Amino acid sequence: MAATWQFALFLCMMLMVSTSPSLANDNTEHFTTASSDHGTASGSDSEQGTHPGSETSDTSHGESGHGGGPITTLPIVSWKWEHVSTPYLVALWILVSWLCKLVIEANHHVTSVIPESALLICFGFILGGIIWGADKVQTFKLTPTVFFFYLLPQIILDAGYSMPNKLFFSNMGAILIYAVIGTCWNAASLGLSLWGCHKGGAMGDLDLGLLQYLLFGSLMAAVDPVAVIAVFEQVHVNEVLFIMVFGESLLNDGVTVVLFNVFDAFVSLGGDKIDAVEIIKGIISFFVVAFGGSLVGFVFGLLISLLTRCTKNIQIIEPGFVFVLGYLAYLTAEMLSLSAILSIVFCGMCCQKYINSNMDERSVTTVRYVMKVLANGSETIIFVFLGISAIDKEIWVWNTGFILLTLLFVLVYRFIGVFFLTWILNKFRLVPVELIDQVIMSYGGLRGAVAYGLAVMLDENKIKEKNLMVSTTLIVVYFTVILQGITMKPLVNWLKVKRAAVGELTLIEKVQDKVFDHMLVAIEDISGQIGHNYMRDKWNNFEEKWMTCILMKPSARKNRDYVFKVFHKLNLKDAMRYVTEGERRGSLEFVRNETAFIDFKKKFDDDFSEVMPDIMADTSDDYSDTSDMRRDPVPSVSLEMHEQTMNGMRPLEDVNSHHLLQQHLYKGRKQHRHRYSRSHFDVNKDENEVQEIFQRTMRTRLESFKSGKMGVAPLKHITKHLKKDQQQKMPNGKSLDKSKTYHSGDEDFEFSEGDSASGFEASASSFPMRVTYRAGAGIENPAFMPDLDPMAQVQIPPWLAEAEVDSSMVAPSQRAQLRLPWTPSNLRRLAPLRISAHSTDSFMLADAPAAQQRDNDQLPPPPPPPAPPHGDHM
Amino acid sequence: MGSSNSSVNNIPNAQELMQETGFSAAHILRLHERFEFLDKHKCGQLRPQDFGAVQELALNPIGDSIISAFFSPGQETVDFASFVRILAHFRPTDRNQSRDGAQQEPANSSIRKLKFAFQMYDQDRDGKISRAELLQVLRAMLGIQVTEEQLQSIAERAIQEADLDRDDAISFDEFRKSLEKVDIDHKMSIRFLR
Repeated sequence: MAATWQFALFLCMMLMVSTSPSLANDNTEHFTTASSDHGTASGSDSEQGTHPGSETSDTSHGESGHGGGPITTLPIVSWKWEHVSTPYLVALWILVSWLCKLVIEANHHVTSVIPESALLICFGFILGGIIWGADKVQTFKLTPTVFFFYLLPQIILDAGYSMPNKLFFSNMGAILIYAVIGTCWNAASLGLSLWGCHKGGAMGDLDLGLLQYLLFGSLMAAVDPVAVIAVFEQVHVNEVLFIMVFGESLLNDGVTVVLFNVFDAFVSLGGDKIDAVEIIKGIISFFVVAFGGSLVGFVFGLLISLLTRCTKNIQIIEPGFVFVLGYLAYLTAEMLSLSAILSIVFCGMCCQKYINSNMDERSVTTVRYVMKVLANGSETIIFVFLGISAIDKEIWVWNTGFILLTLLFVLVYRFIGVFFLTWILNKFRLVPVELIDQVIMSYGGLRGAVAYGLAVMLDENKIKEKNLMVSTTLIVVYFTVILQGITMKPLVNWLKVKRAAVGELTLIEKVQDKVFDHMLVAIEDISGQIGHNYMRDKWNNFEEKWMTCILMKPSARKNRDYVFKVFHKLNLKDAMRYVTEGERRGSLEFVRNETAFIDFKKKFDDDFSEVMPDIMADTSDDYSDTSDMRRDPVPSVSLEMHEQTMNGMRPLEDVNSHHLLQQHLYKGRKQHRHRYSRSHFDVNKDENEVQEIFQRTMRTRLESFKSGKMGVAPLKHITKHLKKDQQQKMPNGKSLDKSKTYHSGDEDFEFSEGDSASGFEASASSFPMRVTYRAGAGIENPAFMPDLDPMAQVQIPPWLAEAEVDSSMVAPSQRAQLRLPWTPSNLRRLAPLRISAHSTDSFMLADAPAAQQRDNDQLPPPPPPPAPPHGDHM
Repeated sequence: MGSSNSSVNNIPNAQELMQETGFSAAHILRLHERFEFLDKHKCGQLRPQDFGAVQELALNPIGDSIISAFFSPGQETVDFASFVRILAHFRPTDRNQSRDGAQQEPANSSIRKLKFAFQMYDQDRDGKISRAELLQVLRAMLGIQVTEEQLQSIAERAIQEADLDRDDAISFDEFRKSLEKVDIDHKMSIRFLR
């Protein structure tokens, strides 16, 4: 096995082309032949050139290998390691890195102290040590090609895609200043100071000139996005601070690349050839590289948006476009020697809004998740390999003066730079950056794999002390990532840095946000200023008018209002919670059986009149049988459906409620229809039990509507219902929230709140209802029966009725301790109209057995109140 | 800025206004120019129509509500002093200067800022945002994208979220509580009025 390690293999993330694995292999498999005598592989061209060659030789190896000469008989199995070694090792390394992460994340008490990135590096040390022990030479390291082509792009794409655009652009000025001027300052000061110390004799005999020092300074200058994300993700600092550090780390790449290229060229040219013209060229090239890169990204972003407009029929690979085009944006910028990182950042930032509304909701989720998988995965790999790369005798050249001084200068100049720039910025900023934030910002100047990658890319022929630079870079990286990373959290705590507010999403805040925006614009208009808000408003109008027209699907344009989306999201969340809570309490009764479902639905209508259509539109998307209703998210549909329910359900349930119930006990309907399809994903969609149930009940109800012509339910119901909509449809937000906090104590209070949330009318009319129930189910007096609504009898499973009896006898607050305010039986209290509305005793006889049967059929009966004494349902 | 002959001294009560609102002389001067520009009839008073003449404001979905917040109840016009006082709400909060507590809350304190935002909703000035008032603002903002029923329920939900005493309206206290997490200083400040 050790022999195979001669191929220093490198990983890659296939996933840029996640949809076509075979293609991915061809594209991204990367093969470096960095054996011991080879040193580090530099330049991607040669490596990629060797790739096909070695592949074919491998193949021939494999073929001739198994027989050891002419084949005499057919080999049944043969050992073909060489045949698969490259992809195999790549996959194996990915696995190993991810396993490291798994191990680390399993120990929460460790990760709470030491950041994950630091731990990963340490794991890298260990792995590196093992390899070293086996091979006596470091065969695996992070090569610039692998890093820049296969590991970095997805991280940056993810950063761009999930960038809070508004926040970013409102702090754009500051970010740019830090990124451009700050980085230049870092590079220049570090280079010059080291040079000065060298002249002063602080680091002995080194073959380095001023230009080399500046080159080194430029590669050390950039704050690394990967390291910054990794560390700051775990300390939740306030969003402004985060966006400053993060934005800076993303944008300063343009500067770093330019500085690096310029100084690299200067070093090649030699000091005497550099004149004013060259320097001016360098400055121009900065602007070209930075803006060109951004422009490329912008164009690709628009391209993605346009493409996703018309991918309706190939939804399954729709998410792939985002990745492929994002990667192409990166490569195109690289090809044009523009800033690739800027390109992919802007690509992600431009397209996020449009693709999120253009694509199917599931595709959006896919994009998000795949993006996270890729980014997180390659981040892990990067850190592990940063550790592994260190265990190599070749690169370690120790020069105490150089290394220590670099460390010192990096830290000190970062502080100086940040404080000075903030001081200037604060003269102009609306909300000044506070001192504490400045400290954290300076301290968060982590260097990472980008610096290392650049250092390895140095040409040994031009810079004699390359190894010293590489090892110094590594030390700086370790110092910043490990030491500063570990101390970051305590420092943040100690300085009491303003943290990010982790708040529940509330509608009123979002509404207010929007109002504030409009208000500021209006005030600027009135006071005749052309400010920040004015510009943003103008941009928004422009975007509204042109960009969305071109880039967004017409159907997506309708529903994209921000407040409305928030509202929609909140409602969905409530509905989910409602169901989960029901499940958690062991009673899914209200969803499973038809009759109770009406109640559920009723409750829904009362509480969430708006939710229903939305949910329906969402959940029924892939089922054709309800297609006639689903497209239109207008509430009137919901009401209509309710009507249908009322009309249709009753005959049906009378006839065969037993059958119905059995049919509705949940068994994943689709599971027995296994069908493999590459392009249709929706068949074996498991786990979405909630949606599933919704679907089925919905469909049956529709069918039943079709079959049941005799509208028993009087119209009164519906009309009354509509009226009530106005009054009590909205307690969901409150009562559900309450139910969450409810478990943490203070039950009495919460309950009463939840109760009163249902509005005056409900609470007023809930009392007679309870009495009625008791009469029906509890006392068992047949004389009362005709007065009862048969529906109520059916709907209320006796154990629940029991609960009613019990609960109506104790004080509400005590009841609250037993049950949530909105368990199915409770819902009924919210929807009392059915009782008063009518009474038809013709159903009575049919109902009683039905109720009983259902009892017996019901698999897990909802937790009944302790020891129901009555036998009427047993 | 401005022509040389106009100075702060020409503006009545300029010193007091500066004292009260914290605007600098340059700001006052500039706002005065703006005021006179808006004041087409040169009567020293602005009427709602004058505000309406600002073109961009006409496009602003909630422009009308904002304009009406400039006018105290029952009054048809606003004079320069009130104009400045209203705008003072949008001055960023001073962090460095400590004010003596005896003084009244400055207009740019976050509570006063909130109060202004609240009044913008509360058109009838009864100290409560009723559902109708909220609905009006929402309707203006969301416009045609959303149906009336959806609007209704959004308003409903928003009220439910904030409404603590269940009176189906949002009082100022409730309003403030619901926005506790929002950085008002940040959201209701305009840089140029510094």
